[in-house]
Amino acid sequence: MAAVKETVDQVLSIDVDKYKYGFVSDIESELAPKGLNEDIVRYISAKKDEPEWLTEWRLEALRRWQTMEEPTWARVDYPPIDFQDLHYYAAPKKTAGPKSLDEVDPALLATYEKLGIPLKEQEILAGVERGERQVAVDAVFDSVSVVTTFKAELAKHGVIFCPISEAVKTHPELVKKYLGSVVPVSDNFYATLNSAVFSDGSFVYVPKGVRCPMELSTYFRINEKKTGQFERTLIIADEGAYVSYLEGCTAPSRDENQLHAAVVELIALDDAEIKYSTVQNWYPGDSEGKGGVFNFVTKRGDCRGKNSKISWTQVETGSAITWKYPSCILRGDNSRGEFYSIAISNGRQQVDSGTKMVHLGKNTSSKIISKGISAGRSNNTYRGLVSVGRKASGARNFTNCDSLLIGNRCGAHTVPYIESKNASAIVEHEATTSKISDDQLFYCLQRGLPQEEAIALIVNGFVKDVLQQLPMEFMVETQKLIGISLEGSVG
Amino acid sequence: MLEIKNLHARIGDREILKGLTLTVKPGEVHAIMGPNGAGKSTLSYILAGKDDYEVTEGEVLLNGASILDLEPNERSVAGLFLAFQYPIEIPGVATMTFLKAALNSHRKAKGEGELTTPEFMKLVKGVAEKLNITSDMLKRPVNVGFSGGEKKRAEIMQMALLQPSICILDETDSGLDIDALKVVSEGVNALRSPDRAFVVITHYQRLLDHIVPDIVHVLSDGRIVRTGGPELALDLEKNGYAAYVANAAA
Repeated sequence: MAAVKETVDQVLSIDVDKYKYGFVSDIESELAPKGLNEDIVRYISAKKDEPEWLTEWRLEALRRWQTMEEPTWARVDYPPIDFQDLHYYAAPKKTAGPKSLDEVDPALLATYEKLGIPLKEQEILAGVERGERQVAVDAVFDSVSVVTTFKAELAKHGVIFCPISEAVKTHPELVKKYLGSVVPVSDNFYATLNSAVFSDGSFVYVPKGVRCPMELSTYFRINEKKTGQFERTLIIADEGAYVSYLEGCTAPSRDENQLHAAVVELIALDDAEIKYSTVQNWYPGDSEGKGGVFNFVTKRGDCRGKNSKISWTQVETGSAITWKYPSCILRGDNSRGEFYSIAISNGRQQVDSGTKMVHLGKNTSSKIISKGISAGRSNNTYRGLVSVGRKASGARNFTNCDSLLIGNRCGAHTVPYIESKNASAIVEHEATTSKISDDQLFYCLQRGLPQEEAIALIVNGFVKDVLQQLPMEFMVETQKLIGISLEGSVG
Repeated sequence: MLEIKNLHARIGDREILKGLTLTVKPGEVHAIMGPNGAGKSTLSYILAGKDDYEVTEGEVLLNGASILDLEPNERSVAGLFLAFQYPIEIPGVATMTFLKAALNSHRKAKGEGELTTPEFMKLVKGVAEKLNITSDMLKRPVNVGFSGGEKKRAEIMQMALLQPSICILDETDSGLDIDALKVVSEGVNALRSPDRAFVVITHYQRLLDHIVPDIVHVLSDGRIVRTGGPELALDLEKNGYAAYVANAAA
């Protein structure tokens, strides 16, 4: 497979401490003063020219947050974060609503080009001529959304895809109705923080009966020093609608840790389906654990209508610390939730990730496939909850958690919680832990594969079931990423 | 082609090879026979470069160059192939994908570019057909759920694809019924050529009825204790290894 070969070439061309996306873009930006208080929240809200109700919503969140404590139950270990030593808003200057790509700072476009993101519409259109599928992109740089492509094409189908800051103005009724309806303001420490200071993110609304004609995609990048990124994504699939959405994340290499605390809310009404994929490659820190992004994310989908379906697919290779549990509330009868995850940790990375499947409606079903790969001195924990409510008769869950260890200084942990209040529920849990065996490696080497390539091949085989869930365009990219993430993992 | 000189090797504190010397010339087929525990499989692993073993003395030359400092993959691309006694399973990796990765590693080492997918498919299909390997089997993960015969045929298919100069067959007959043994042997015989040599490691004579060796060695207690023609194998079949085991112990 060509991708595997490219993986190897890339692995060979990079040294252990060199993160591909670790460059810093020299772009003038506008920063809020450090610290967090009501003035900062008002500053952010004013910058975004928000309506009064949203400013109040934020302030309410801030007040709640000030009474909350950071959670400590996850299996991660990090020095205390000084929340007053961060900037809560950073924006590239000259962003007063670029009308077209020509108005976007060329340095910024160059950054996205380096990331390999096909921002330029003409490139995407060129792709169309080659018969490839179209992908509409929303690019978020630090705190603001820079550009969204294909808006007009999407509008023809009635699909709204824009920065959430814009949706607040253009579609306030939708935002007001759904914002915070899945992840309430006071849900948890980081979600509440996000509610107070969220900067930008994507908003998607797919109207009744519409099948979104292309993949929607958002790329998030943190650039500024000592800046928190708090994006907020809200996706609504109205009755009978379908949408597939993908987010990608990168950040420069910095010695200090950067904070990322996002909230994603998905709402699927009757017969609707949302497929949400993530390729998370925030800077993981160097091999000694210096720097890296702290990723504290709350993602939740609400299968609000009957026969609705929400599917999360995540590929987590970056971040120094990952604290993330994309969940599904299976409220509608016959609704379905899925969670497919590949979490790779290397160096000193710590991952505590999993999902929650909350069965509330009748005949709801959920499926969890989690593949954790630990290398270097990292720790990788799967933490999952399957909960079946009293009225959720006929609920069905299948969970499969496989862990793969590379080397003998890393850890894999599986913490499944199962709570069932309905006797008719069927909940299945399978788990395995294995090591890449010396025999497998030797066998590949004997056939001529260099060690790094052999590991990438074996790991790609291990995660195959999940890889297949990703949109085609991202499968190849992900296979490469897996190889790169595991470089220097043995020896 | 392959020269093994006074090879000593150990695993942990246990010395397994105790001064093994063997010269294999191009075009030759050598059989190495011996009782259980003589060091037959150890020899194959050491030649291929498995790192559980420590070579304490001696040298191994492939086409005149020492290979003991090479990594296993470097030995592979230098032309050494080991057909495993127990081929290893790699879940989730299609056999086709594995073959392509292996072949491309070899091509890269020779400074050749990758084959296009149609070229590659054509090459694999040609090789696979001769060994009764179906395209369905090529889609299945490497060795996963393969029967004993399928595993051994897949090994020979890889050998045919990579075109090595020295092929080591480690107990290739184990776990094969007579029909599978024939298919595998025919596959091997088809690869015999004046510039390729084989070292066939086996416990039993029956494989040598199908792959007829030029030279037969008896390996016992880490050394070659006797060398002869194909008739030596017949003699062993009849009289067993007792004489050599006693010799070694004495």
